[in-house]
Amino acid sequence: MAALSSHRILICVGTSGVAAGAEKVAAAFQSELERRGLLEKFDIVRTGDRGLFRDVLVDVITPELGRVVYEFIQPEHVAEIVEEHLVHGRPVEKRRAGQDYEAFFKNQTRIVLANCGEIDPEHIEDYRRVGGYQALRKAMDMTPQAVIEEVHKAGLRGRGGAGFSTGQKWRFCREAKGDLKYVICNADEGDPGAFMDRSLLEGDPHAVIEGMIIAGYAIGAREGVIYCRAEYPLAVRRLTLAIEQARREGCLGSNILGCGFDFDVSIMQGAGAFVCGEETALIASIEGRRGTPRVKPPFPAHQGLWGQPTLINNVETFGNIPPILRRGWEWFAAIGTERSRGTKVFALAGQVRNAGLVEVPMGMTLRELIFGAGGGMSKRRIGLKGVQLGGPSGGCVPESLLDTPIDYESITGTGAIMGSGGLIIMDERTCMVDVARYFLSFTVAESCGQCTPCRVGLKRMHEALEEITAGHGTPEHIAFLQEMGETIKSTALCGLGQTAANPVLTTLRYFRHEYDAHVHDKECPAHACKALRHFEVIESACTKCGRCFKACPANAIEWKKGQAARIDLERCTRCQTCYGACDFMAIR
Amino acid sequence: MSQEIQADADLRAADIEAVIVPFRGRNGMLIPLLQKMQERFGYVPPESIGPIAKALDVFPVEIYGILTFYAQFCLEPRGRHTIRVCQGTACYIMGGKDLLDHVQGKLGIQVEQTTPDRRFTLERVACLGCCGMAPVVMVDNDFYGRCTPAKMDEVLELYK
Ligand SMILES: Cc1cc2nc3c(=O)[nH]c(=O)nc-3n(C[C@H](O)[C@H](O)[C@H](O)COP(=O)(O)O)c2cc1C
Ligand code: FES
Repeated sequence: MAALSSHRILICVGTSGVAAGAEKVAAAFQSELERRGLLEKFDIVRTGDRGLFRDVLVDVITPELGRVVYEFIQPEHVAEIVEEHLVHGRPVEKRRAGQDYEAFFKNQTRIVLANCGEIDPEHIEDYRRVGGYQALRKAMDMTPQAVIEEVHKAGLRGRGGAGFSTGQKWRFCREAKGDLKYVICNADEGDPGAFMDRSLLEGDPHAVIEGMIIAGYAIGAREGVIYCRAEYPLAVRRLTLAIEQARREGCLGSNILGCGFDFDVSIMQGAGAFVCGEETALIASIEGRRGTPRVKPPFPAHQGLWGQPTLINNVETFGNIPPILRRGWEWFAAIGTERSRGTKVFALAGQVRNAGLVEVPMGMTLRELIFGAGGGMSKRRIGLKGVQLGGPSGGCVPESLLDTPIDYESITGTGAIMGSGGLIIMDERTCMVDVARYFLSFTVAESCGQCTPCRVGLKRMHEALEEITAGHGTPEHIAFLQEMGETIKSTALCGLGQTAANPVLTTLRYFRHEYDAHVHDKECPAHACKALRHFEVIESACTKCGRCFKACPANAIEWKKGQAARIDLERCTRCQTCYGACDFMAIR
Repeated sequence: MSQEIQADADLRAADIEAVIVPFRGRNGMLIPLLQKMQERFGYVPPESIGPIAKALDVFPVEIYGILTFYAQFCLEPRGRHTIRVCQGTACYIMGGKDLLDHVQGKLGIQVEQTTPDRRFTLERVACLGCCGMAPVVMVDNDFYGRCTPAKMDEVLELYK
């Protein structure tokens, strides 16, 4: 890229941007600028995703008007933006990002995600412009021990799930005996509802690499491996580019920044196994074996990759390192709570208005997060039932606990876990028994099969849940789930098994009445379980809008303007489309 | 005719060999090698197992162990188009399950299967990273957000 132009067009081209058509929008800008001879004047910058799903986000930055953000942009809108805004200096008001966008970003503290959606991840110069690789410079002027001390005093805890003190882990690795040491970046991101690691790798790959180099310097390693999920091709491509650029600029390779320190990084692509996110399984996988966990200790810090001392940290953990070194531990430690410092990124999804990645200071409550940055529920009239935190290892927390502050200990106290930060918002239409069944079907499929509690126990629990959601449940099933869940929790070999029952145990704890309704009344209170569905229109709630009539693919709804709808049960296929289409909870 | 088949097999063996060569004798390279093999053929041809075992000095059973452990690997030829129905948490809650049921019913195959005419291979994935458009379906490299059974029917028509 040439010297930074003061006229820039930023287009969010991460995975979700691409899914929404960002490449086509970028191409449209390219040809429109070319047609008008403006290519010289404006830089088109392809950034990573900024975290909010507003289809394609486009920023136009000019010295005269500053930054103007447009949302939901499609190729056909481009000509107008170029004509009005770029040529005549009149922003296209109707396409500007609105209140939701503002609320989403106003309520965040972005440290790790600060550069995502702001810089061009494919150019190291752009990363340098915002302070990139200054932390590395600074670290090189310190002793390794001082670097570890800095991270320790900052109070950073691992963002991969368990929340272990990062400084302490680094110290263990530093003190472990071995000539060869390794640094591994865990980018396997297995939680099926979390994607912050991918977004960070796509939007700011250099930050993660810089964090790894600093870690390598601190513990005395010469080699680093990024273990990345195979489903993340764009992340792999940008990482590969970033590694090449860092090597070229002397930030990676031999004699880094002329300080006599050698360190290099390679990428290994995972092959699709959730359990490989577990650190010992991940190491087995890098060594070319089946990714099965082993009993700890010995911990990887003492005996890791190829039997050598190995540091494993999560992507987001590494992403925190450059800002901490650049701005000092005092700055970082002032954010968050006494025992959980800094921020956490959450993947906010489900029935929430602003789905996306949010980064908030620890200590904020779930309610503040959901109704602040999250903008509240996606359907205003339908209430929040609960939130699921931490994916398959986590749990469901009811509405009544939304004032729980976000920190490792408080979240664990509810029976859920912080996990990697998946946060799914569920409204009254979600069946909690079915959610528990969903997570178990995931862990049953992903169990590595080594230990019996996990291999057989989870399967039996899943069968019991299938029975209940199919309307064949008995009270014994519920008692069995409780007992088996607790047994697996205390007897499984690795973290996968030990936590897999959490979704069941927490829903039993907070949503027991839903289980009872399935078993005793053969009814699914949320009308989500197909076998227990029989839809009807509640006439008193029906606003006669006809949306269900238009949505029904089976022509099973009778409706005329000004009349309440009626469902023909003969024709109804129980597909639930009408239920989803109704904004007034008038179909049950 | 049999000569032709023989010639085909020879060509294939040469292709397989070409994939293996850069990995020969390298420790810990089994998974990357299998990934390359799958990239080349769209699946891991069973006849490649023997040569791989020799090249890396491992037992064939170890290779089968890897192939069946990791979800990514596939031992059969695939369809011309791959449909990935997201079953991540957000998509599941927003109707992804009914969507998958619908596609399975329509194509008459289950997940991990290919239609007899090799038009589609059906897969499930856990989160495509665009939960805000849930439920999401990916066909080859194209994304379709906010899918409904009816929209799915239209989408599938685009792929022959
Ligand atoms: C079943 C299972 C899956 C895991 N998946 C991940 C993952 O996808 N990403 C991750 O960073 N850590 C994952 N972990 C946690 C890792 O084992 C490890 O604790 C973590 O990478 C350490 O990094 P941190 O200290 O920076 O958090 C998983 C653990 C278990 C038991
Ligand atoms: S759950 Fe489907 S895209 Fe995230």
